[in-house]
Amino acid sequence: MQYALLFYAEPGLAESLSAEDLADAQAEYAELVEDGRFRDCARLLPPESATSVRRSGGRTLLTDGPFADTEEVLGGVCLVEAADLDEALDLAARAPLLRLGGTVEIRPVVRS
Amino acid sequence: MLASLVGFLGDFDRAEEAAQEAFTVAAERWSAADVPANPGAWLVATARRRALDRIRRERALAGKVHLLLPEATVAVDDFDDLIESGRFDADGTASIRDERLELLFTCCHPALAPEARAALTLRALGGLATADIARALLVPEETVRRRLTRAKAKIRATAIPFAVPGAHRLSERLDAVLSVIHLIYNEGCRGRVDLGAEALRLGRVLTGLLPREPEAHGLLALMTLHRARFPDADADADAGDGAGAGAGDGDGHGGGAELVLLQDQDRSLWDRQGIAAGRAVLDGAVALGGPVQHGPYVLQAAIAALQTRERVDWPQVARLYGRLAALTGSPVVQLNRAAAIARAGAPHTALRLIGSLDLDGCLYLHSTRGELLRRLGHTARARAAYGRALDLATTAPERRFLARRLEEL
Repeated sequence: MQYALLFYAEPGLAESLSAEDLADAQAEYAELVEDGRFRDCARLLPPESATSVRRSGGRTLLTDGPFADTEEVLGGVCLVEAADLDEALDLAARAPLLRLGGTVEIRPVVRS
Repeated sequence: MLASLVGFLGDFDRAEEAAQEAFTVAAERWSAADVPANPGAWLVATARRRALDRIRRERALAGKVHLLLPEATVAVDDFDDLIESGRFDADGTASIRDERLELLFTCCHPALAPEARAALTLRALGGLATADIARALLVPEETVRRRLTRAKAKIRATAIPFAVPGAHRLSERLDAVLSVIHLIYNEGCRGRVDLGAEALRLGRVLTGLLPREPEAHGLLALMTLHRARFPDADADADAGDGAGAGAGDGDGHGGGAELVLLQDQDRSLWDRQGIAAGRAVLDGAVALGGPVQHGPYVLQAAIAALQTRERVDWPQVARLYGRLAALTGSPVVQLNRAAAIARAGAPHTALRLIGSLDLDGCLYLHSTRGELLRRLGHTARARAAYGRALDLATTAPERRFLARRLEEL
């Protein structure tokens, strides 16, 4: 079964880390991605870079900024392969983000 | 039976449906003279067969494989053989695994909403009807139905496993199971449907299935001892001030301090046999734990056991509350510890400890403080503390008791 891990953190978390801590975290993520169960992973640029698109009355409207204005922001996404929720939880628990105060949301991916 | 079916079918609704059908078939076929030698096994086998028939029909219709586990067909053929060949009574029970433990871990999975876990456990392992659960938890039936539906949907959608957790997370998951059973027990103390008995039954099931876990025995001992001391856990029982005994509050449920003062309790009402049974379970838990540090349920049971003694060893009760507080970090436990320290003859130390607690919204903090100040002769301050407690009281017995205390000052 496939699950999406959504990585949420306070804005500016990566920038607030020392060069050393950041390098450690990046090395840990690189290790995770080598685990076959981690499929596609993507780290996102900060929400200031976001553009939101919606359609209203046949017109496409663009807004500068993220769709949801929340305390914590989506900073990355991973798709993982796991037998059940407990295995997915094990994988999520390995994310360095948790140690740094962030939250990982786990959502099953719809099977086509 | 339901546990075995959920394990087999991997789906709550299907399992419930199949069980229902099996009972219907049984009602039609069994006569007084003609009950199978092993009715339980017969029911499970029949329910499995019915469920698989249904799945096959649905599969034929949809033309898709969704739910059927690969090994299921094999298993059911075995059962058919067993039934046909009449070897059922010999092999029946052995073939059907007891999967209540798996079911318990699924129902108490921390990914489910806390309020859904208790309802699901009562439904799946206690066999309680939705209406009974609603009455027991004091919520509308519709709410329980919604919680159950949502929880079952989440189990299915997110593939919450039907399994005993691996060693690396067993202790954390066991804690979740224990706290659900304890919650069910505490809800039972509020009256209505007898959830206390149900929680005790679940506690016995759990200790039977996990005989080596000290905390499972600790919880069973705690509930057994508590029930022996409050045989009719009467909702209208007179309110106390919490300066006496207090059941610790390991996981944040309940008010922490008890309504009846230990010294005012009529010991002749205690269930002596129940107390002896609870102590025996506690001894077993302590022996299992060995020299390692005892967990919160064993500590709470030990405190409850001490309080059933003819002469209560309050310094020891206070020490155990201290260890419990260190484990749980709960200020309510600290409040109980303070009460025990006072009973041990050190009211000033107790008052200082109470003064350091961040529990301003807690009725028992103020009533305990009031009682200690009264005994030390600080009448005006005692009156203020009791007044604050009265402001916080929400039930009639609490208000009656506190008003009487104030008058006596």
